[in-house]
Amino acid sequence: MHLEVFAEGNSFLHKLDPRIKILSLTVFAILCAISKGLLVPFLYLLFSLSLILIANLNLKELTNRIFSANFFILFMWLFLPFTYQSNPYIHLGFLKISLKGIKYALSITLKCNAIILATIALLATSTIFDIAHAMLHFKIPTKLVTVFFLFYRYITVMHEEYIKIKRAVLARGFNPKTNIFTYKTYAYILGALLLKSFERSEEVYKAMLCRGFKGFFPLLDHFKMEKKDIIFGIFICLIFILIFLFN
Amino acid sequence: MEDILIKLENITFSYNSFPVLKNINFEVRVGDKVGLVGPNGAGKTTLLYIITGFLRPQKGKIIILGKERKKEKDFIEVRQKIGLLFQDSDSQLFCPTVKEDIAFGPLNLGKSKEEVLKIVQNISDLFNIHHLLERPIYKLSGGEKKLVALAGIFAMNPICYLLDEPSAGLDEKTKFKLIEFLKNYVKNCVIVSHDKEFLKEIANKTYYLEKDKFYKIL
Repeated sequence: MHLEVFAEGNSFLHKLDPRIKILSLTVFAILCAISKGLLVPFLYLLFSLSLILIANLNLKELTNRIFSANFFILFMWLFLPFTYQSNPYIHLGFLKISLKGIKYALSITLKCNAIILATIALLATSTIFDIAHAMLHFKIPTKLVTVFFLFYRYITVMHEEYIKIKRAVLARGFNPKTNIFTYKTYAYILGALLLKSFERSEEVYKAMLCRGFKGFFPLLDHFKMEKKDIIFGIFICLIFILIFLFN
Repeated sequence: MEDILIKLENITFSYNSFPVLKNINFEVRVGDKVGLVGPNGAGKTTLLYIITGFLRPQKGKIIILGKERKKEKDFIEVRQKIGLLFQDSDSQLFCPTVKEDIAFGPLNLGKSKEEVLKIVQNISDLFNIHHLLERPIYKLSGGEKKLVALAGIFAMNPICYLLDEPSAGLDEKTKFKLIEFLKNYVKNCVIVSHDKEFLKEIANKTYYLEKDKFYKIL
């Protein structure tokens, strides 16, 4: 499984200092989340889209991710318009759809997508290692950063273990059906996945200890803040604030 | 019954853009015990995965037991009749206990509970693993795991065995037992191995696989 597809690239955003990117994304996320109405979130969404264009990302992969993220937002659309206690109502048979509820759901959808796109354009264009490194520069506790980094690293390991077990199951002629044996097999797969991942992590930990691991990853490369990074940071934050004040 | 069990025609396979197999022709006939040798990363395991349908070649035909196999559905039958022993036994065993792991294959073949219990008994007699039956898999030693993995495949009584480095990591005594077993109970197989002595004992044909090269050496 390849998770860092977006980190491969050569655009302006890819080359930017990750520290600046984290800072500007924080400003963006906060302002976007607390903005009101429809117009401001819409402008934020447009801005995120332009960032995506600058980053020049793989569109197919991008639509895939946006699609899966919006699946969760879909639930909001299932509930908000029908449960919002406000006039005016649109009557659809026995259902009452609140106009304000629709506006509310739309606003949340716009904000979520704006923030997701901005996160992809700003954070996903750096490797996780660089992000973790940048987090250390912000004096985030080393333990927290190490846990975050290992957590991410092990998604791939778990996935590999899963593929191995799946192959083992198929190799012995497993053909899923609706019966207890099939469910039992799935439970075994899950159990084995848990045990194997645990075992493997213990082994990796031992290997790390053998190489002198003391609870944090020492850094090899360091970032260099350049003029263009600072200018970009100030420029982008100004735009965020301007959009916010637009209302 | 057809004489040819497995037939690969002009198989080409690459991982993303990294080419591994190029125009490979390969067949296993009844009575063949084929040894497959070659350097690390030559694509030996890949070849076994193509036969069992875990990887799909970009080009070429796979004909197994007289039928061309293309889709996932076609390979269900293949996997029930051709037993694959994984290189790493850890990735093969996944049930909580040894007994359940051996029973898993026969249950998939649709055998009744009584039949399966009988198979498990017979196999533990044959492999001498009575004492392991109730043990959890993750508490076995490396050699024991290999033995149990082989027992799990033998329980399915496959027509042909695909064995990926079966002798790796075994002590002399266990290896000798394995050789005896392969000589007496296995009629058709493909064995990937770096162990020349081991192959000499069992294989009646040997193929060599290396980048862009694939030929019979014995």
